[in-house]
Amino acid sequence: MKAKMLRKVAGLAVATAMAAAPAVADEDAELVINGEIEIVTRTAAPAHLDGHLNEVISGWVFRSDRTQAMEMDDFDNPGMLFVDQARDIWATAEGSEGKSCADCHGEPEEMAGVKPVYPKWSDSAGQVMTLQMQVNECRTERMGAEAWGVDKGGSIPMEALLSSVSRGMPMNVAIDGPAQETWEKGKEIYYTRFGQLELSCASCHEENYGNMIRADHLSQGQINGFPTYRLKNTKLNGVHSRFKGCIRDTRAHTFNPGSPEFVALELYVASRGNGLSVEGPSVRN
Amino acid sequence: MKITRRDAVAMGIGATAMAVLPMRAMAAIDELVNDFTGGADIGTGDISLDAPEIAENGNTVPIGVSAPGAEEVILFAPGNPTPPVATFKFGPAAGEQAASTRIRLAKTQDVLAIARMADGSFIQTTATVKVTIGGCGG
Amino acid sequence: MASGVKPRVKAPKSASAGEVVTLKTLISHKMETGLRKDGDGNVIPRSIINRFTCELNGNMVVDVTMEPAISVNPYFEFKAKVDATGEFKFTWYDDDGSVYEAASPVTVG
Repeated sequence: MKAKMLRKVAGLAVATAMAAAPAVADEDAELVINGEIEIVTRTAAPAHLDGHLNEVISGWVFRSDRTQAMEMDDFDNPGMLFVDQARDIWATAEGSEGKSCADCHGEPEEMAGVKPVYPKWSDSAGQVMTLQMQVNECRTERMGAEAWGVDKGGSIPMEALLSSVSRGMPMNVAIDGPAQETWEKGKEIYYTRFGQLELSCASCHEENYGNMIRADHLSQGQINGFPTYRLKNTKLNGVHSRFKGCIRDTRAHTFNPGSPEFVALELYVASRGNGLSVEGPSVRN
Repeated sequence: MKITRRDAVAMGIGATAMAVLPMRAMAAIDELVNDFTGGADIGTGDISLDAPEIAENGNTVPIGVSAPGAEEVILFAPGNPTPPVATFKFGPAAGEQAASTRIRLAKTQDVLAIARMADGSFIQTTATVKVTIGGCGG
Repeated sequence: MASGVKPRVKAPKSASAGEVVTLKTLISHKMETGLRKDGDGNVIPRSIINRFTCELNGNMVVDVTMEPAISVNPYFEFKAKVDATGEFKFTWYDDDGSVYEAASPVTVG
């Protein structure tokens, strides 16, 4: 009885529009970063979303004009402070082998094309790896350095750096082949209603994007812009941390960052944005 | 809309709080303004605040102030626990007597900017910024 | 705060005499307001950048007194008038006595 009431209330809250319309984004605005990197923020949904979404839209579109503007210049975007930090980490030798990332990989710019295909299946690891997992594998296996925690230590700045050099390239994670099983698992989690409010990711991000939830303009929950600098906590945030926050906010018992469930969910959610440009580090509310 | 008992109590308490707070807040801000102006009269003039009508998030609100010909501009957030925000002094190499920054606003309020002009006079302007509590993401 | 603080500054490398140019500055700093409490209920002491200055060839462009209400990772955008070849100097002063600096040369051509 109570559960049904709560679901109805939750549904009502989600559907109600604010009386005073906030300065919501100009839905036709285009995103060009530094006057040169063209970012695709709206495009046809990938085939696997047939029947669910016609168009996929970056979170950038849903933010206010001023928040959008903060992402358009790398000197306005506070996320770039952490990309700078990562450049220093990139060039610094660490671990028993006395190597830096640069020793094997050259300049960060040479890593363009890596972010758009992660998470992806790794034959050697026998599982789907997120970009952070892959970075840690390099650190432990080839640098003799310690792994960073999920969304901790250098993980976020490094993911932001690797993202920044791929900006403008379309997200293109594989959903078939050896990754398929993980992808299916992620899809199942996405559409399962959890917790006290019995909400699934889809309840808000597929069925109600564009509506207001209290004072928040609901996005499609795409992750092409991650890691993202959030105005609310003035730091870069990672995907798994965001999943955890979202699930906790809907009053469900959340999975842990780094868990197989979140790895699968990250793969699935990334695939929902296939076609959108890599945008990170982005700026969001 | 049906008003529950809980709503009525909340509204009542809210109303009482409103009656008490502004008096104290206004006294504090008056003192701070006096420190800046030395008690001089403040007029209106060419001073403007560029602020969003609704802040996307109160923790990081982009704000700009412009006062052509001013030597110094002070910014207050009277609704914050500590109202002073920043004081901008413009020097000979300034291209404009204007600057933008990002500030923290604790709640909906009228941000206040006062400029000290080269001739020693003062002018002011305010801008209402609504600060909301977010939804699930907030 | 002291180590690892690297500011980001956007300033033009060249300008024509008398041109008004736009400068943008960002610096990472947690700007602890002194209003927060830790898990035990103790007030976390204030620790902010309290002043930012920009000079061009020794002439003041802007001198900002900063209070805790300035957001984390302070940002400033302002305009300078470039009269002669020289250098922009940016300085941030931390409550703890640290001073962070950045400089950017500019040529008048």
